[in-house]
Amino acid sequence: MAVVDTASLQERPASEHHKPGGISTSLLGMVLFIASEVMFFGGLFGAYFTIRSAAPHWPPEGTPHLTTWYAAVLTTILVSSSVTMQLGVWAIRRNDSRRLMLWLAVSLLLGLCFLAGQANEYRMLIEEGMTLSSGVFGSTFFTLTGFHGAHVAGGACFILIVLLRARSGQFTARYHDTVEMASYYWHFVDVVWLGLFSTIYLLR
Amino acid sequence: MAITEARPEAAADQAHGVSPRRHPIVEWLTTTDHKKIGIMYLVNSYFWFGVAGLLAVFIRAELAEPGTQFFGEERYNQLFTMHGTTMIFLFIIPILAGFGNYIVPLQIGALDMAFPRVNALSFWMLPLAGITLYSSYLLGGPADAGWTEYAPLSEGVGAQGNSIGIDLWIVALLLVGTASILGAVNFITTIFNMRAPGMTMFRMPLFTWTILVTSLLVLLATPVFTSALVMLLIDRNLGGSFFNPANGGIAVLWQNVFWFYSHPAVYVMVLPGMGIISDVLPVFSRKPLFGYKAFVFATAGIGALGFSVWAHHMFVTGQVLLPFFSIMTFLIAVPTGVKFFNWIATLVKGQITFSTAMLFAIGFLTMFLIGGIDGVFLASPPVDFALTETYWVVAHIHYVLFGGSVFAVYAGFYYWFPKFSGKRLKEGLGKLHFWLQFIGFNLTFFSMHILGLLGMPRRIQDYAPLKDWVGLNQLQTAGALLIALSTAPFLANVVMTIRRKDRDPEDPWEGNTLEWYTTSPPPAHNFDSLPEIHSERPLFDLRHADELTVHSDATTTGAR
Repeated sequence: MAVVDTASLQERPASEHHKPGGISTSLLGMVLFIASEVMFFGGLFGAYFTIRSAAPHWPPEGTPHLTTWYAAVLTTILVSSSVTMQLGVWAIRRNDSRRLMLWLAVSLLLGLCFLAGQANEYRMLIEEGMTLSSGVFGSTFFTLTGFHGAHVAGGACFILIVLLRARSGQFTARYHDTVEMASYYWHFVDVVWLGLFSTIYLLR
Repeated sequence: MAITEARPEAAADQAHGVSPRRHPIVEWLTTTDHKKIGIMYLVNSYFWFGVAGLLAVFIRAELAEPGTQFFGEERYNQLFTMHGTTMIFLFIIPILAGFGNYIVPLQIGALDMAFPRVNALSFWMLPLAGITLYSSYLLGGPADAGWTEYAPLSEGVGAQGNSIGIDLWIVALLLVGTASILGAVNFITTIFNMRAPGMTMFRMPLFTWTILVTSLLVLLATPVFTSALVMLLIDRNLGGSFFNPANGGIAVLWQNVFWFYSHPAVYVMVLPGMGIISDVLPVFSRKPLFGYKAFVFATAGIGALGFSVWAHHMFVTGQVLLPFFSIMTFLIAVPTGVKFFNWIATLVKGQITFSTAMLFAIGFLTMFLIGGIDGVFLASPPVDFALTETYWVVAHIHYVLFGGSVFAVYAGFYYWFPKFSGKRLKEGLGKLHFWLQFIGFNLTFFSMHILGLLGMPRRIQDYAPLKDWVGLNQLQTAGALLIALSTAPFLANVVMTIRRKDRDPEDPWEGNTLEWYTTSPPPAHNFDSLPEIHSERPLFDLRHADELTVHSDATTTGAR
């Protein structure tokens, strides 16, 4: 009776054990988690469009003016950070961990710039009287962009952890799943922002 | 013939990192072993089943006669809200995930789940959620707007909805939701990436298949519920106006986002049950499941259609496209019908053994059939207009979730208990449990169909002293007591069996699927070796290797 010895499967920790040719276990987990996040934002976008479709005027009268060019600058910053993130991934695929650290640091910096810019926009809007409780536009605007901002902050923490791990030389061309995971997440956060930018600022 | 592998030496477990020095309590509290986590899921969920069952007995006590007996209106609202919430979110969904945790890695020949630490995190959020939900009894009263918490009732308007109970309800459900999503990520990754060599997708046991489809539903539907909860939390606490029409929000939006999750959640609560049944029926009929692939496609079909029927809960709002959602709802009965043919054809000409697990499986078949049919009535908008918010709906949900899911949970428990402990539960007490529960269940819930047709509305604490209403309500109260009583032989059975010294065979039922290849209970690392897997019944193939040799040799030589 031929049997497969499980000892050979046990040499690697469970989270790294995957079939040759398939997607690695940790990356698959990340992709699935991102799918759930997409549905979370899907619920918020669904609420936004439902409320908007029922409103007589959109944005409702008395809403402060949103500065599209300002948001466009923020968009550019976040999209560039996605590009720099990908440059970092390509660097480690060539086993260049010095470049990886450089690009991670740049991406982190751009992410923080975006957050600072968003905080400044919030400050301006709140000074003009728009808050979560000022009406349905304020509720949807701050909820959607706020949850996105929280995800950017989470992604920035993720990048910081990856950066610290890269500094201690944990990644190689062969082993860098965590870098790929961070990049998937960062791109996802970027794409959500593109959705938000077009929905809230462009689609008037 | 003994085909299960020999019991491994204790030394083998120590070599795999199980420290003998650690105190058992510390070991359980810090474990990342999917089997221990699975057991904790089962115990925790069953505890909340008991709590919610007690609330149900209180509800029935209040309804035993017209007028106010024990609970006033507000208390009564809290009772049915907490009963529904606890049963659905703290019992049925987690207990099925518990079976999945214990059984799925064993069925596909994996050593553990893909992310063991995330698995432990998922579990520990559940008792935390339970405590959060029930702490509301100490902090000014629990949620009271029904387990659906419809806005604007839940928005903090009027007497209902002002309590901190709804905020705690939201937080508890956010925790349960996060636990479910992480669990789903874990299950899908495990099933896609950790299968043993030879275990192709179409050789997976059907329980594993249903857990896969269930996890996809959880992954895509639960986050939408999370977004709904977050919006409600913002409305209630930060002055948001998503569901507040006075400020430009839309109250019925809550129902849309809520049911976009909660209808697929119905399949989350029943698909794994169907999977349990599909593993139990073949074993006790000594036949393979009839139409394996048809069953898999029907499961996937239910999963896909499950996303397009949510608005049938909202026919009476006048805000939904009736023909579309009605047709889709009729349509989703078709794959379920396919499964009934799978199950019945499996039984036909089988050598049936009426073990307790089999009795519960057949109980599932009959009770879930009734639940399915009385649900199809509601798919028709004119009938729904008449029956919505009556006891017909209460009868339907209980035939599906109690007659369906709970009977399947017990079938799975009696079937897999020897795997958990190495010992079979006593058949005599098991059968007593089954019959008490079966009779009590039908007394309670079948009569609710009639009560619904007679027009009695649900969710009321007092009712008109009409002769028919009073008689049926008393029958239901008696039935509910019988259901409560039926858990006594079950619990006695579990305690007596655990304390018993002698062991049963490693594979007492002559199972077909891979979990029966290892010892009962399995070692920490699950398998010392794995058999070659050529079909969806690897153990059947092993048991009958002699008869199969000639045939398989011929095919392999032919292939070469």
